[in-house]
Amino acid sequence: MIRSVPPPEGLLISPIKNGTVIDHITSGEALNVLKIIGITGTTTESVSVATNVSSGKTGKKDIVKIENRELRKEEMDRIALIAPHVSINIIREFKVFAKRGVERPKFLLGVVRCPNPGCITNAHEPISSRFEVLPNVLHCMYCDWLITTDITGHMI
Amino acid sequence: MKHIISIRDLDRPFIDELINHANHIASQHFNANSLSDKILALLFFEPSTRTRMSFEAAMARLGGTSISVGSIEASSISKGETLADTIRVVSGYADAIVLRHPKEGAARLASEFSSVPVINAGDGAGQHPSQTLLDLYTIQQSLPLDGIDVGMIGDLRYGRTAHSLTYALSLYRCRIHVISPKGLELPPALIGELRDRGTEVIEHEHVEDIIKELDVLYVTRIQRERFPDSASYFDVSSSYKVTTELLEGVRSHLIVLHPLPRVDEIDPEVDTLPYARYFEQSRNGVPVRMAMLQEVLK
Repeated sequence: MIRSVPPPEGLLISPIKNGTVIDHITSGEALNVLKIIGITGTTTESVSVATNVSSGKTGKKDIVKIENRELRKEEMDRIALIAPHVSINIIREFKVFAKRGVERPKFLLGVVRCPNPGCITNAHEPISSRFEVLPNVLHCMYCDWLITTDITGHMI
Repeated sequence: MKHIISIRDLDRPFIDELINHANHIASQHFNANSLSDKILALLFFEPSTRTRMSFEAAMARLGGTSISVGSIEASSISKGETLADTIRVVSGYADAIVLRHPKEGAARLASEFSSVPVINAGDGAGQHPSQTLLDLYTIQQSLPLDGIDVGMIGDLRYGRTAHSLTYALSLYRCRIHVISPKGLELPPALIGELRDRGTEVIEHEHVEDIIKELDVLYVTRIQRERFPDSASYFDVSSSYKVTTELLEGVRSHLIVLHPLPRVDEIDPEVDTLPYARYFEQSRNGVPVRMAMLQEVLK
Protein backbone atom coordinates (compact mmCIF):
# COMPACT_ATOMS: atom_id res chain seq x y z
CA MET A 1 0.00 0.00 0.00
CA ILE A 2 1.33 3.45 -0.87
CA ARG A 3 1.06 6.05 1.86
CA SER A 4 2.40 9.55 2.36
CA VAL A 5 5.59 10.28 4.25
CA PRO A 6 4.88 12.19 7.48
CA PRO A 7 5.60 15.93 7.19
CA PRO A 8 9.28 16.80 7.60
CA GLU A 9 8.68 18.96 10.64
CA GLY A 10 11.50 18.64 13.18
CA LEU A 11 13.63 16.44 10.94
CA LEU A 12 17.32 17.22 10.71
CA ILE A 13 17.53 16.07 7.13
CA SER A 14 15.06 16.68 4.36
CA PRO A 15 12.91 14.07 2.60
CA ILE A 16 14.13 12.47 -0.62
CA LYS A 17 12.24 12.12 -3.85
CA ASN A 18 13.44 8.66 -4.88
CA GLY A 19 15.72 6.24 -3.11
CA THR A 20 16.05 4.48 0.24
CA VAL A 21 15.69 5.58 3.85
CA ILE A 22 17.33 3.31 6.39
CA ASP A 23 15.83 4.08 9.78
CA HIS A 24 16.41 2.77 13.32
CA ILE A 25 20.09 2.03 12.73
CA THR A 26 21.90 1.17 15.94
CA SER A 27 23.32 4.45 17.22
CA GLY A 28 26.84 5.04 15.87
CA GLU A 29 26.62 2.44 13.07
CA ALA A 30 25.47 4.72 10.21
CA LEU A 31 28.90 5.01 8.60
CA ASN A 32 29.39 1.25 8.82
CA VAL A 33 26.02 0.76 7.13
CA LEU A 34 27.23 2.95 4.26
CA LYS A 35 30.42 0.91 4.05
CA ILE A 36 28.45 -2.33 3.93
CA ILE A 37 26.40 -1.16 0.97
CA GLY A 38 29.49 0.10 -0.79
CA ILE A 39 28.97 3.86 -0.48
CA THR A 40 32.30 5.61 -0.11
CA GLY A 41 33.68 9.08 -0.76
CA THR A 42 34.15 8.21 -4.43
CA THR A 43 30.61 7.04 -5.21
CA THR A 44 28.09 9.43 -6.75
CA GLU A 45 24.97 8.97 -4.64
CA SER A 46 23.58 11.91 -2.71
CA VAL A 47 23.53 10.70 0.88
CA SER A 48 22.25 12.24 4.13
CA VAL A 49 23.34 10.85 7.47
CA ALA A 50 21.94 11.68 10.90
CA THR A 51 23.49 10.16 13.98
CA ASN A 52 22.37 9.97 17.61
CA VAL A 53 18.86 11.15 16.80
CA SER A 54 16.32 10.76 19.63
CA SER A 55 14.15 7.71 19.19
CA GLY A 56 11.32 6.45 21.35
CA LYS A 57 12.11 2.89 20.30
CA THR A 58 15.77 2.60 21.24
CA GLY A 59 16.67 5.94 22.89
CA LYS A 60 19.14 6.99 20.17
CA LYS A 61 19.33 5.95 16.56
CA ASP A 62 21.02 6.78 13.26
CA ILE A 63 19.27 7.43 9.94
CA VAL A 64 20.66 7.22 6.41
CA LYS A 65 18.93 8.53 3.30
CA ILE A 66 20.25 7.62 -0.13
CA GLU A 67 18.88 9.32 -3.20
CA ASN A 68 18.22 7.47 -6.43
CA ARG A 69 19.20 4.06 -5.16
CA GLU A 70 16.98 1.21 -4.02
CA LEU A 71 18.71 -1.45 -1.96
CA ARG A 72 18.69 -5.07 -3.06
CA LYS A 73 17.57 -7.84 -0.67
CA GLU A 74 21.14 -9.11 -0.06
CA GLU A 75 22.32 -5.57 0.75
CA MET A 76 19.51 -5.23 3.30
CA ASP A 77 20.39 -8.55 4.89
CA ARG A 78 24.04 -7.54 5.19
CA ILE A 79 22.93 -4.50 7.18
CA ALA A 80 21.20 -6.84 9.63
CA LEU A 81 24.65 -8.11 10.71
CA ILE A 82 25.41 -4.83 12.50
CA ALA A 83 21.96 -3.23 12.85
CA PRO A 84 19.33 -5.94 13.27
CA HIS A 85 16.45 -3.59 14.07
CA VAL A 86 16.61 -1.28 11.06
CA SER A 87 13.59 -0.56 8.93
CA ILE A 88 14.13 0.18 5.27
CA ASN A 89 11.79 2.41 3.31
CA ILE A 90 11.92 2.46 -0.45
CA ILE A 91 10.83 5.94 -1.55
CA ARG A 92 9.31 6.78 -4.91
CA GLU A 93 8.03 10.31 -5.68
CA PHE A 94 8.37 11.33 -2.00
CA LYS A 95 6.12 8.44 -0.91
CA VAL A 96 6.96 5.22 0.90
CA PHE A 97 6.60 2.65 -1.85
CA ALA A 98 7.69 -0.29 0.32
CA LYS A 99 8.73 -0.76 3.92
CA ARG A 100 10.90 -3.70 4.89
CA GLY A 101 12.57 -5.10 7.96
CA VAL A 102 15.82 -7.03 7.60
CA GLU A 103 16.64 -10.65 8.25
CA ARG A 104 20.00 -11.84 9.52
CA PRO A 105 21.21 -14.22 6.79
CA LYS A 106 22.11 -17.75 7.97
CA PHE A 107 25.20 -17.87 5.76
CA LEU A 108 27.46 -15.29 4.10
CA LEU A 109 29.04 -16.36 0.83
CA GLY A 110 31.90 -14.17 -0.40
CA VAL A 111 30.86 -11.26 1.85
CA VAL A 112 33.47 -11.40 4.61
CA ARG A 113 37.19 -12.11 4.27
CA CYS A 114 38.47 -14.64 6.81
CA PRO A 115 40.96 -12.85 9.10
CA ASN A 116 42.94 -16.07 9.53
CA PRO A 117 45.94 -15.81 7.16
CA GLY A 118 46.26 -19.60 7.27
CA CYS A 119 42.70 -20.16 6.04
CA ILE A 120 42.37 -21.96 2.71
CA THR A 121 39.95 -19.24 1.52
CA ASN A 122 42.92 -16.83 1.52
CA ALA A 123 44.96 -19.17 -0.70
CA HIS A 124 44.86 -19.39 -4.49
CA GLU A 125 41.87 -21.73 -4.72
CA PRO A 126 38.61 -21.53 -6.70
CA ILE A 127 36.36 -20.89 -3.68
CA SER A 128 34.68 -17.95 -1.91
CA SER A 129 34.69 -17.36 1.82
CA ARG A 130 31.72 -18.90 3.63
CA PHE A 131 30.60 -17.86 7.10
CA GLU A 132 27.81 -19.18 9.26
CA VAL A 133 25.97 -16.39 11.11
CA LEU A 134 25.60 -17.35 14.80
CA PRO A 135 23.99 -15.18 17.53
CA ASN A 136 27.14 -13.26 18.54
CA VAL A 137 29.76 -14.40 16.06
CA LEU A 138 30.50 -15.26 12.47
CA HIS A 139 31.95 -18.74 12.07
CA CYS A 140 34.27 -19.48 9.10
CA MET A 141 32.96 -22.72 7.66
CA TYR A 142 36.40 -23.63 6.33
CA CYS A 143 38.83 -22.95 9.18
CA ASP A 144 36.40 -22.52 12.15
CA TRP A 145 37.76 -19.02 12.87
CA LEU A 146 35.28 -16.93 14.85
CA ILE A 147 34.78 -13.21 14.15
CA THR A 148 33.38 -11.56 17.26
CA THR A 149 34.18 -7.88 16.65
CA ASP A 150 34.48 -5.40 13.77
CA ILE A 151 32.45 -7.38 11.26
CA THR A 152 32.40 -4.39 8.92
CA GLY A 153 36.19 -4.25 8.90
CA HIS A 154 36.30 -7.78 7.47
CA MET A 155 33.81 -7.23 4.67
CA ILE A 156 35.13 -7.71 1.15
CA MET B 1 28.77 -39.79 0.96
CA LYS B 2 30.24 -39.36 4.42
CA HIS B 3 33.27 -37.13 4.97
CA ILE B 4 35.00 -36.69 8.34
CA ILE B 5 36.30 -33.12 8.31
CA SER B 6 35.78 -31.48 11.69
CA ILE B 7 34.73 -32.64 15.12
CA ARG B 8 32.14 -29.87 14.92
CA ASP B 9 30.29 -31.86 12.26
CA LEU B 10 29.96 -34.92 14.48
CA ASP B 11 27.21 -35.36 17.02
CA ARG B 12 27.40 -37.42 20.16
CA PRO B 13 25.50 -40.48 18.84
CA PHE B 14 27.91 -40.71 15.88
CA ILE B 15 30.97 -40.43 18.14
CA ASP B 16 29.60 -42.97 20.64
CA GLU B 17 28.85 -45.42 17.85
CA LEU B 18 32.30 -44.99 16.33
CA ILE B 19 33.94 -45.57 19.73
CA ASN B 20 31.84 -48.73 20.21
CA HIS B 21 32.84 -49.89 16.77
CA ALA B 22 36.53 -49.29 17.58
CA ASN B 23 36.08 -51.27 20.83
CA HIS B 24 34.76 -54.22 18.80
CA ILE B 25 37.65 -53.96 16.38
CA ALA B 26 40.16 -53.82 19.25
CA SER B 27 38.73 -57.08 20.59
CA GLN B 28 39.40 -58.65 17.17
CA HIS B 29 35.77 -58.57 16.02
CA PHE B 30 36.28 -57.42 12.46
CA ASN B 31 36.42 -58.78 8.93
CA ALA B 32 40.03 -58.62 7.78
CA ASN B 33 38.90 -58.50 4.14
CA SER B 34 36.09 -55.98 4.46
CA LEU B 35 37.95 -53.36 2.39
CA SER B 36 39.83 -55.75 0.10
CA ASP B 37 38.39 -54.10 -3.01
CA LYS B 38 39.10 -50.55 -1.81
CA ILE B 39 41.96 -48.12 -2.44
CA LEU B 40 42.83 -45.34 -0.01
CA ALA B 41 44.77 -42.28 -1.26
CA LEU B 42 47.05 -40.70 1.34
CA LEU B 43 47.69 -37.06 0.45
CA PHE B 44 50.12 -35.69 3.00
CA PHE B 45 51.36 -32.16 2.27
CA GLU B 46 53.08 -32.02 5.67
CA PRO B 47 55.28 -34.49 7.51
CA SER B 48 53.55 -37.10 9.64
CA THR B 49 54.61 -40.32 11.31
CA ARG B 50 51.82 -41.57 13.55
CA THR B 51 48.80 -40.38 11.60
CA ARG B 52 50.06 -41.54 8.23
CA MET B 53 51.36 -44.91 9.40
CA SER B 54 48.29 -45.68 11.49
CA PHE B 55 45.96 -44.93 8.55
CA GLU B 56 48.11 -47.21 6.36
CA ALA B 57 48.09 -49.90 9.06
CA ALA B 58 44.32 -49.53 9.52
CA MET B 59 43.72 -49.93 5.79
CA ALA B 60 46.05 -52.95 5.61
CA ARG B 61 44.33 -54.63 8.59
CA LEU B 62 41.02 -54.40 6.71
CA GLY B 63 42.53 -55.89 3.56
CA GLY B 64 42.62 -52.63 1.59
CA THR B 65 45.35 -50.94 -0.43
CA SER B 66 46.92 -47.51 0.14
CA ILE B 67 48.44 -45.28 -2.52
CA SER B 68 50.31 -42.02 -2.00
CA VAL B 69 52.38 -39.33 -3.68
CA GLY B 70 56.04 -40.18 -3.14
CA SER B 71 57.07 -36.62 -2.52
CA ILE B 72 55.18 -33.38 -2.92
CA GLU B 73 58.23 -31.75 -4.54
CA ALA B 74 58.18 -34.29 -7.38
CA SER B 75 54.44 -33.90 -8.06
CA SER B 76 52.22 -31.48 -10.00
CA ILE B 77 51.53 -29.69 -6.74
CA SER B 78 55.00 -28.16 -6.94
CA LYS B 79 54.01 -26.83 -10.39
CA GLY B 80 51.35 -24.66 -8.75
CA GLU B 81 48.31 -26.92 -9.14
CA THR B 82 45.46 -25.90 -6.86
CA LEU B 83 44.38 -28.27 -4.12
CA ALA B 84 40.94 -28.32 -5.72
CA ASP B 85 42.38 -29.74 -8.97
CA THR B 86 44.60 -32.22 -7.14
CA ILE B 87 41.58 -33.53 -5.26
CA ARG B 88 39.47 -33.82 -8.41
CA VAL B 89 42.20 -35.89 -10.03
CA VAL B 90 43.05 -38.10 -7.04
CA SER B 91 39.40 -38.85 -6.29
CA GLY B 92 39.34 -40.56 -9.68
CA TYR B 93 42.05 -42.99 -8.55
CA ALA B 94 40.84 -44.02 -5.09
CA ASP B 95 37.75 -44.85 -3.03
CA ALA B 96 38.62 -42.45 -0.20
CA ILE B 97 41.19 -39.74 0.49
CA VAL B 98 43.04 -39.00 3.72
CA LEU B 99 44.39 -35.44 3.60
CA ARG B 100 46.90 -33.53 5.68
CA HIS B 101 47.54 -29.97 4.56
CA PRO B 102 49.15 -26.84 6.07
CA LYS B 103 46.13 -24.59 5.35
CA GLU B 104 43.18 -24.54 7.71
CA GLY B 105 39.97 -25.54 5.99
CA ALA B 106 41.82 -27.50 3.28
CA ALA B 107 39.89 -30.67 4.10
CA ARG B 108 36.56 -28.85 3.86
CA LEU B 109 37.57 -27.58 0.42
CA ALA B 110 38.65 -31.11 -0.55
CA SER B 111 35.26 -32.51 0.45
CA GLU B 112 33.59 -30.04 -1.92
CA PHE B 113 35.69 -31.08 -4.92
CA SER B 114 36.05 -34.79 -4.24
CA SER B 115 33.83 -37.50 -5.66
CA VAL B 116 34.90 -39.88 -2.86
CA PRO B 117 34.87 -39.53 0.96
CA VAL B 118 37.56 -37.32 2.52
CA ILE B 119 39.02 -37.78 6.00
CA ASN B 120 40.85 -34.81 7.50
CA ALA B 121 44.19 -35.90 8.94
CA GLY B 122 45.06 -32.40 10.18
CA ASP B 123 44.78 -29.03 8.46
CA GLY B 124 47.21 -26.40 9.73
CA ALA B 125 46.33 -25.29 13.24
CA GLY B 126 42.74 -26.34 12.56
CA GLN B 127 41.02 -29.67 12.98
CA HIS B 128 42.36 -33.18 13.46
CA PRO B 129 39.23 -35.24 14.08
CA SER B 130 40.85 -38.69 13.99
CA GLN B 131 43.20 -37.59 16.81
CA THR B 132 40.25 -36.31 18.84
CA LEU B 133 38.32 -39.54 18.31
CA LEU B 134 41.24 -41.62 19.49
CA ASP B 135 41.70 -39.28 22.48
CA LEU B 136 38.06 -39.84 23.46
CA TYR B 137 38.44 -43.55 22.81
CA THR B 138 41.47 -43.71 25.14
CA ILE B 139 39.68 -41.80 27.90
CA GLN B 140 36.62 -44.07 27.78
CA GLN B 141 38.88 -47.13 28.19
CA SER B 142 39.51 -45.96 31.76
CA LEU B 143 36.70 -43.55 32.68
CA PRO B 144 33.15 -42.68 31.75
CA LEU B 145 33.35 -39.65 29.44
CA ASP B 146 30.49 -37.79 31.12
CA GLY B 147 31.14 -35.05 33.64
CA ILE B 148 34.85 -35.66 34.24
CA ASP B 149 37.52 -33.03 35.04
CA VAL B 150 39.98 -32.69 32.18
CA GLY B 151 43.12 -30.55 32.49
CA MET B 152 44.63 -29.24 29.24
CA ILE B 153 48.23 -28.06 29.56
CA GLY B 154 50.71 -26.64 27.07
CA ASP B 155 50.27 -24.69 23.85
CA LEU B 156 46.51 -24.35 23.73
CA ARG B 157 46.55 -21.49 21.26
CA TYR B 158 48.09 -23.13 18.22
CA GLY B 159 47.65 -26.79 19.17
CA ARG B 160 44.90 -28.16 16.91
CA THR B 161 44.41 -31.24 19.09
CA ALA B 162 43.51 -29.03 22.07
CA HIS B 163 40.88 -27.10 20.07
CA SER B 164 39.22 -30.22 18.71
CA LEU B 165 39.30 -32.07 22.02
CA THR B 166 37.86 -29.25 24.13
CA TYR B 167 35.02 -28.93 21.64
CA ALA B 168 34.34 -32.68 21.73
CA LEU B 169 34.45 -32.73 25.54
CA SER B 170 31.73 -30.10 25.57
CA LEU B 171 29.42 -32.80 24.15
CA TYR B 172 30.02 -34.80 27.34
CA ARG B 173 29.50 -32.00 29.89
CA CYS B 174 33.11 -32.29 31.10
CA ARG B 175 34.73 -29.54 33.15
CA ILE B 176 37.74 -28.21 31.30
CA HIS B 177 40.72 -26.79 33.20
CA VAL B 178 43.18 -24.89 31.03
CA ILE B 179 46.79 -24.21 32.04
CA SER B 180 49.07 -22.52 29.52
CA PRO B 181 51.92 -20.02 29.22
CA LYS B 182 51.06 -16.39 28.59
CA GLY B 183 50.38 -15.90 24.90
CA LEU B 184 49.59 -19.56 24.31
CA GLU B 185 46.17 -19.62 25.98
CA LEU B 186 43.10 -21.22 24.45
CA PRO B 187 41.67 -18.58 22.05
CA PRO B 188 39.16 -16.36 23.90
CA ALA B 189 36.57 -16.84 21.14
CA LEU B 190 36.75 -20.62 21.65
CA ILE B 191 36.48 -20.28 25.44
CA GLY B 192 33.43 -18.05 24.92
CA GLU B 193 31.87 -20.55 22.56
CA LEU B 194 32.46 -23.46 24.95
CA ARG B 195 30.89 -21.47 27.78
CA ASP B 196 27.93 -20.58 25.56
CA ARG B 197 27.48 -24.31 25.04
CA GLY B 198 27.23 -24.72 28.82
CA THR B 199 30.73 -26.08 29.38
CA GLU B 200 32.61 -24.97 32.47
CA VAL B 201 36.06 -23.71 31.43
CA ILE B 202 38.37 -22.79 34.31
CA GLU B 203 41.70 -21.07 33.73
CA HIS B 204 44.62 -21.81 36.08
CA GLU B 205 48.05 -20.26 36.30
CA HIS B 206 49.82 -23.30 37.78
CA VAL B 207 49.11 -26.97 37.15
CA GLU B 208 49.89 -27.66 40.84
CA ASP B 209 46.70 -25.74 41.75
CA ILE B 210 44.45 -28.28 40.09
CA ILE B 211 46.38 -31.51 39.43
CA LYS B 212 44.90 -33.36 42.44
CA GLU B 213 41.34 -32.76 41.22
CA LEU B 214 41.80 -33.99 37.67
CA ASP B 215 40.63 -37.23 36.06
CA VAL B 216 42.57 -36.62 32.83
CA LEU B 217 45.67 -34.51 32.18
CA TYR B 218 46.10 -33.81 28.46
CA VAL B 219 49.58 -32.50 27.69
CA THR B 220 50.52 -30.79 24.42
CA ARG B 221 53.88 -29.79 23.07
CA ILE B 222 55.11 -26.24 23.56
CA GLN B 223 56.70 -25.38 20.25
CA ARG B 224 60.08 -23.74 20.44
CA GLU B 225 59.42 -21.58 17.38
CA ARG B 226 56.71 -19.68 19.29
CA PHE B 227 59.36 -18.04 21.50
CA PRO B 228 61.78 -15.23 20.62
CA ASP B 229 64.82 -17.05 22.02
CA SER B 230 65.92 -20.36 23.56
CA ALA B 231 66.16 -18.95 27.10
CA SER B 232 62.52 -17.89 27.25
CA TYR B 233 61.47 -21.22 25.73
CA PHE B 234 63.37 -23.20 28.40
CA ASP B 235 61.93 -20.98 31.16
CA VAL B 236 58.40 -21.73 30.07
CA SER B 237 58.85 -25.38 29.11
CA SER B 238 60.46 -26.26 32.44
CA SER B 239 57.52 -24.78 34.36
CA TYR B 240 55.06 -26.86 32.31
CA LYS B 241 56.85 -30.18 32.67
CA VAL B 242 55.00 -33.22 34.00
CA THR B 243 57.24 -35.05 36.48
CA THR B 244 56.82 -37.87 39.00
CA GLU B 245 56.90 -35.24 41.78
CA LEU B 246 54.01 -33.34 40.21
CA LEU B 247 51.94 -36.53 40.12
CA GLU B 248 52.34 -37.31 43.83
CA GLY B 249 48.97 -37.44 45.56
CA VAL B 250 46.86 -37.27 42.39
CA ARG B 251 43.62 -39.23 41.94
CA SER B 252 44.44 -42.93 41.60
CA HIS B 253 42.53 -43.18 38.31
CA LEU B 254 44.19 -40.12 36.71
CA ILE B 255 45.33 -40.70 33.14
CA VAL B 256 47.99 -38.62 31.42
CA LEU B 257 47.61 -38.26 27.64
CA HIS B 258 49.76 -36.60 24.96
CA PRO B 259 49.18 -36.63 21.18
CA LEU B 260 52.96 -37.10 20.68
CA PRO B 261 55.64 -36.39 19.63
CA ARG B 262 56.76 -35.12 23.01
CA VAL B 263 59.94 -33.17 23.55
CA ASP B 264 60.42 -32.14 27.18
CA GLU B 265 56.83 -31.85 28.38
CA ILE B 266 56.73 -35.23 30.13
CA ASP B 267 59.71 -36.57 32.04
CA PRO B 268 60.57 -40.09 30.77
CA GLU B 269 60.34 -41.31 34.38
CA VAL B 270 56.58 -40.75 34.18
CA ASP B 271 56.37 -43.43 31.45
CA THR B 272 56.53 -46.21 34.03
CA LEU B 273 53.74 -44.83 36.25
CA PRO B 274 50.22 -46.26 35.90
CA TYR B 275 48.93 -42.80 34.92
CA ALA B 276 50.90 -42.73 31.66
CA ARG B 277 48.63 -43.70 28.75
CA TYR B 278 50.15 -41.80 25.84
CA PHE B 279 51.75 -44.79 24.11
CA GLU B 280 48.53 -46.74 24.47
CA GLN B 281 46.75 -43.66 23.10
CA SER B 282 49.03 -43.73 20.07
CA ARG B 283 48.35 -47.47 19.51
CA ASN B 284 44.63 -46.77 19.71
CA GLY B 285 45.01 -44.82 16.48
CA VAL B 286 44.75 -48.05 14.51
CA PRO B 287 41.37 -49.43 15.73
CA VAL B 288 39.86 -45.94 15.74
CA ARG B 289 41.03 -45.27 12.17
CA MET B 290 39.85 -48.73 11.09
CA ALA B 291 36.40 -47.79 12.42
CA MET B 292 36.57 -44.45 10.55
CA LEU B 293 37.58 -46.11 7.27
CA GLN B 294 34.78 -48.65 7.56
CA GLU B 295 32.37 -45.83 8.32
CA VAL B 296 33.21 -43.74 5.25
CA LEU B 297 33.67 -46.70 2.89
CA LYS B 298 30.61 -48.73 3.88
